[in-house]
Amino acid sequence: MQNPYLPYPVRIDEIITETEDKNLKTFKFVFINPEDEKKFTYKAGQFAELSVAGKGEIPIGIASSPTEKGFVMFTVNKVGLVTSHLHAMKAGDIMGVRGPLGNWYPWDIMEGKNVVIIGGGFAFTTLRSSIIYMLDPDNRLKFKDIHVIYGARTPGMLLYRDELAEWEKRDDINMHITVDATDDPDWKYNIGFVPTITDQKAPQGDGDTYAIVCGPPIMIKFTQPVLDKLGYSHENIINSLEMRMKCGIGICGRCNIGKEYVCKDGPVFTLAQLNSMPKEY
Amino acid sequence: MQVIKIDKKDWAGGLERLYDSFRLFGPVKQDEFHIFKELSKGELPDMILFNTRLSPKSIVYPQSETMFEYTLDENQKNHHIIKEIDKNYSPKTVIGIRPCDAKAFLLVKANFDSPEYKDPYWIKSYESTTLVGYACNNPCSTCFCTTAGCGPFHEQGLDLLLVDAGDHYFAKIITEKGENLLTAAGWSSEADSDTACDKIETMRQAAEAKIKTRISTDKLKDKNTTELFEAPFWEDVAFACINCGTCTYLCPTCWCFDIQDETFGLSGIRMRNWDSCMYPLFTLHGSGHNPRDTKMQRIRQRFMHKLKYYVDKYEDGIQCVGCGRCINHCPVNIDIRRVCDLMNSFEF
Repeated sequence: MQNPYLPYPVRIDEIITETEDKNLKTFKFVFINPEDEKKFTYKAGQFAELSVAGKGEIPIGIASSPTEKGFVMFTVNKVGLVTSHLHAMKAGDIMGVRGPLGNWYPWDIMEGKNVVIIGGGFAFTTLRSSIIYMLDPDNRLKFKDIHVIYGARTPGMLLYRDELAEWEKRDDINMHITVDATDDPDWKYNIGFVPTITDQKAPQGDGDTYAIVCGPPIMIKFTQPVLDKLGYSHENIINSLEMRMKCGIGICGRCNIGKEYVCKDGPVFTLAQLNSMPKEY
Repeated sequence: MQVIKIDKKDWAGGLERLYDSFRLFGPVKQDEFHIFKELSKGELPDMILFNTRLSPKSIVYPQSETMFEYTLDENQKNHHIIKEIDKNYSPKTVIGIRPCDAKAFLLVKANFDSPEYKDPYWIKSYESTTLVGYACNNPCSTCFCTTAGCGPFHEQGLDLLLVDAGDHYFAKIITEKGENLLTAAGWSSEADSDTACDKIETMRQAAEAKIKTRISTDKLKDKNTTELFEAPFWEDVAFACINCGTCTYLCPTCWCFDIQDETFGLSGIRMRNWDSCMYPLFTLHGSGHNPRDTKMQRIRQRFMHKLKYYVDKYEDGIQCVGCGRCINHCPVNIDIRRVCDLMNSFEF
């Protein structure tokens, strides 16, 4: 019987400090046993449990896209015991990755449709995975218009800044990068909260347009009325939730909302689904 | 249905023969209460009148269980890599388990043995255990198994059912595992099947008639989850609770656990320990946010899980077998029978 609690051993290949407050670092992992990479076949939207021997495990969204081979990438916020230890590790260190876990953004349903990605802060990780997946030459024609509204508190708090700038130059994706505030005179993009920019730049919601919304609770709370105004139905609004997790496979009983486990039946839920579940998050 | 007659004079001898092929577990009195523990050779299980204080779930699912090991010593090969360990899954048998506790294992199995993920620790432990049930001729006043999908002579989840018939036990064979155990013990004298089954049936009806306390669960499935969740009675139900966790500790159908790494010097283990949704830290996020930071939310979660979410998820009845332990031992007398009634009869 395969043991679903056993992580694949990985080596840290590279660590990049993403944000100016140094609380967010991106880790690139390489599988120590090459055959594990194939076993780890994943879809954009899924997460994995990062396992540090002696400290514990943390559930983190996969930031790399399945189209990127040879490594798997996560962006981790320094918050507690395991993340602090992870942030102090260096390239070459060994740890474990368990997964892929959870469900994924509904790529099948979104084929042939417009996709609007609305992200805030460091919830953007699985959205990076999604964007790179959609922009891949094998996939781009499967989707119609792509809009990305992504905001952070300040320019230095945006993730993947180099990639954001690259995507900005492309003509097959509409980028609307914003910050809450900045006194940088060279700031070329928007200034304003994500809900405000969504109101200004997002396309009308119709049967052909899906919105993937991922961010801190306050952003989600104020973006929802804007999406309602723009006519997005609740089946077409897709969220990815967070919850305290341990096993990540729907067994330890910790992360449930009603009868759904966020780790196994989620973390991706449509707003229509969330409306029929207890509001316990 | 084949029934073996075990003369009580052959009881101890048969148990001793079982030691050749099984580790034996049974109810034993410890201070004032009975608990299930491993029996040493010659130690007899106490075939007791009422049930044990703690459920026998720890025999299949230990309170603390090592899952993996690792070394942090960089001079060693495979350092920092989580490694599997050898576990002992040699055959076990539980002698004298009540039908409610045996049914409880089946309810819990739905969690650990799902189509998508299988917990090897729980499954291997359960599959290597033979459950020798003991029918209840004298249910307690807090037993409500007959309306909780179970009963004093219920056979689901058991390999054998022993029925006390005075100077002998009837051993009703339910599964092949049960039959193999009888062979290993040398208990082989067959009872006349018809007479034995008639006698057992009479005793079963007498036992079931003694159960006066009943719950109604027929309307739970059709209730709207969010309406039940927002019902006004939760504040009242939760008022007295002190979040001691006793209910989850004693309950045979509670299964939540925590996973922790413990290191001693340069080597360590990854272990799992029972955890409880009654505790405030259970759902505390790293960010400090806690979706269940009030007592009422935690009580509501426990009862909604047992009596609604499980019903909807597995469509196999409630996650309760009516053993009555939580009713007996809750220090503030919160009664699951009353909560079930509140939920079942709730109108929005």
